[in-house]
Amino acid sequence: MSEPDHWLVRPKTIRMLWIVFSIILALLVLSDLVVHHHAHFGIDGTFGFYAWYGFLSCVVLVVGSKALGAILKRRDTYYDD
Amino acid sequence: MTISAILPPGVILILAGFLLPLLQGHARTAALLIAPVITLAVIWQVPDGVVMSLGFMGYTLTPVEGDTLSRLFATIFAIMAFGGGLFALNQDRVTELAAAFVYAGAAIGVTFAGDLITLFVFWEIMALASTLVVWSAGAKAFGAGMRYVSIHLLGGVLLMIGIIGEVAATGSVEFTAIQPDTAARWFILAGFLINAGAPPLSAWLPDAYPEASWSGMVFLSAFTTKTAVYVLLRGFPGADILVFVGLYMIFYGIVYAILENDMRRILAYSIVNQVGFMVCGIGIGTTMALNGAAAHAFTHIIYKALLLMSAGSVLYMTGKRKCTDLGGLFRTMPLTAICGIIGALSISSFPLTSGFISKSMISQAAADEHLFVVWMALAAASAGVFLHAGIKFPWFVFFQKDSGMRPEEPPWNMKAAMVLFSFLCIGLGVLPYPLYAMLPYPVDYVPYTVSHVTSMLQLLLFSGLAFFLMLGMLKRTLTITLDFDWFYRGLGKVLAKEFDMRSARAWGAMVERLYDAVVRFVGTLYRHHGPQGVLARSWPTGSMAFWTTLLLCACVIVYYF
Repeated sequence: MSEPDHWLVRPKTIRMLWIVFSIILALLVLSDLVVHHHAHFGIDGTFGFYAWYGFLSCVVLVVGSKALGAILKRRDTYYDD
Repeated sequence: MTISAILPPGVILILAGFLLPLLQGHARTAALLIAPVITLAVIWQVPDGVVMSLGFMGYTLTPVEGDTLSRLFATIFAIMAFGGGLFALNQDRVTELAAAFVYAGAAIGVTFAGDLITLFVFWEIMALASTLVVWSAGAKAFGAGMRYVSIHLLGGVLLMIGIIGEVAATGSVEFTAIQPDTAARWFILAGFLINAGAPPLSAWLPDAYPEASWSGMVFLSAFTTKTAVYVLLRGFPGADILVFVGLYMIFYGIVYAILENDMRRILAYSIVNQVGFMVCGIGIGTTMALNGAAAHAFTHIIYKALLLMSAGSVLYMTGKRKCTDLGGLFRTMPLTAICGIIGALSISSFPLTSGFISKSMISQAAADEHLFVVWMALAAASAGVFLHAGIKFPWFVFFQKDSGMRPEEPPWNMKAAMVLFSFLCIGLGVLPYPLYAMLPYPVDYVPYTVSHVTSMLQLLLFSGLAFFLMLGMLKRTLTITLDFDWFYRGLGKVLAKEFDMRSARAWGAMVERLYDAVVRFVGTLYRHHGPQGVLARSWPTGSMAFWTTLLLCACVIVYYF
């Protein structure tokens, strides 16, 4: 017996969500053209700073974590036996 | 004259805790819900200055001394006791509830302690009561509870050493703002920092808390680390080292949470991460930063409890805690999912949630002080928080894949607690000014500017983009990540194993040598006394006669000469 997919997980909905998400992202970056950021350091007032910096930070954090994980990861029964 | 002049507000909750095991049914429910409210009413009546003082061994103790900072932390602790009590109404292990109330009461006791001795007493009551909360989860939590209490007793010893040194040097037991400039003060700072989850011993937190019951961890998340934040705020504002300690905790929390599979351990690591923001703010030390740290502690207790209630509900209904076993629960637990998401957005400081109006004050303080590196690190960390807790927790628990489980929503009281705390998260986010009015210094900060909202949304939504683009790399595995606790959990075992192996070999060699010696001895004995032995042969009569003759001859010869 298979129940019909919840509307939220249908491929059509997910595609729709991606489109809406992309539009929001684009609008947010474009908003930098009109919103004046009070820059404290210079770099934080440049166009799209928070967008690329947020994205890049996450990439670095994930890749860095994976690298550390390669050394420090153990199966989750490590301390049990 | 207020009640608090006779009875410290925290003691009310402690007494209620001792009363709980004696009560049943509705009486217990009433005690659980009313005691925190009474405590809160008493807290708000504590005036500024010394309210209660008494002499002890030649020192003047001030068990109750009020000011804005004390009342702020005591207020949130009382609210937490209420919310936690509501969530745990259907917890049938009464030991846990009693211990949790004593724990909360001791935390409130710390916030009103005007001297170091009172502070220490409540500090140790907290350690014992919280250990009981961990242990009441059952036999499986015993080891984790043992490690937890060991670390906290170590912290207590460091604090005691520091307090004795400080009192010996200054002659005063008063708890005031100091700087880590003498050995004794470093000991005090170390004692405080161990409870905050600071390196290198941060591992006690993600080790012990997730072993508590579904309701126990909700209590645990609030008090120990936040009383540590309180005492750091009061004792060491502007101590530079705290900036670095805080930054380390922030990134430690993110990295370990990214690698973690257990949903409640993810949230435990994010406690260290969030407390890192507060510790960093205390290190910056301007009024803006200290306000930010205090406000963040307040909002953090609410949204972290909310996240853990959501996770606790999932654990309660499914019995599962690993992301690899969970997923797709939004279908049948929509309320739990929505409340979890509200908590997740708050911890990520999304606009219109409580995190937005508190954490940003710390970043603002870093910017005001022109601390470029600190500011950049805090901004990166804000993105990282959304990654490791804001999206990761709801995604892996409620969405991700369909785990096939169709659990129902939890009982009414658990839902009520989640809804209450969700409202507080959004309420504080929309209307921050009542909270700002409770902060220790006058607030000159406007969170909702177009620039701040758009920049925060950019930072967060692009982190979200990064999360979904790197979903493959974030896939959960059945692993844990080694931490400093390996030195007391893993190393000991390795050494023991090695010792076991080597001692077995030594024993073997010893037995072998002994056996050889015995065999040799028996061999010698056999050679001399055995059937063929020189000393055991049966001698013929002829040889006897021969030897007798020979001896007689010898006698004759000797006699003759």
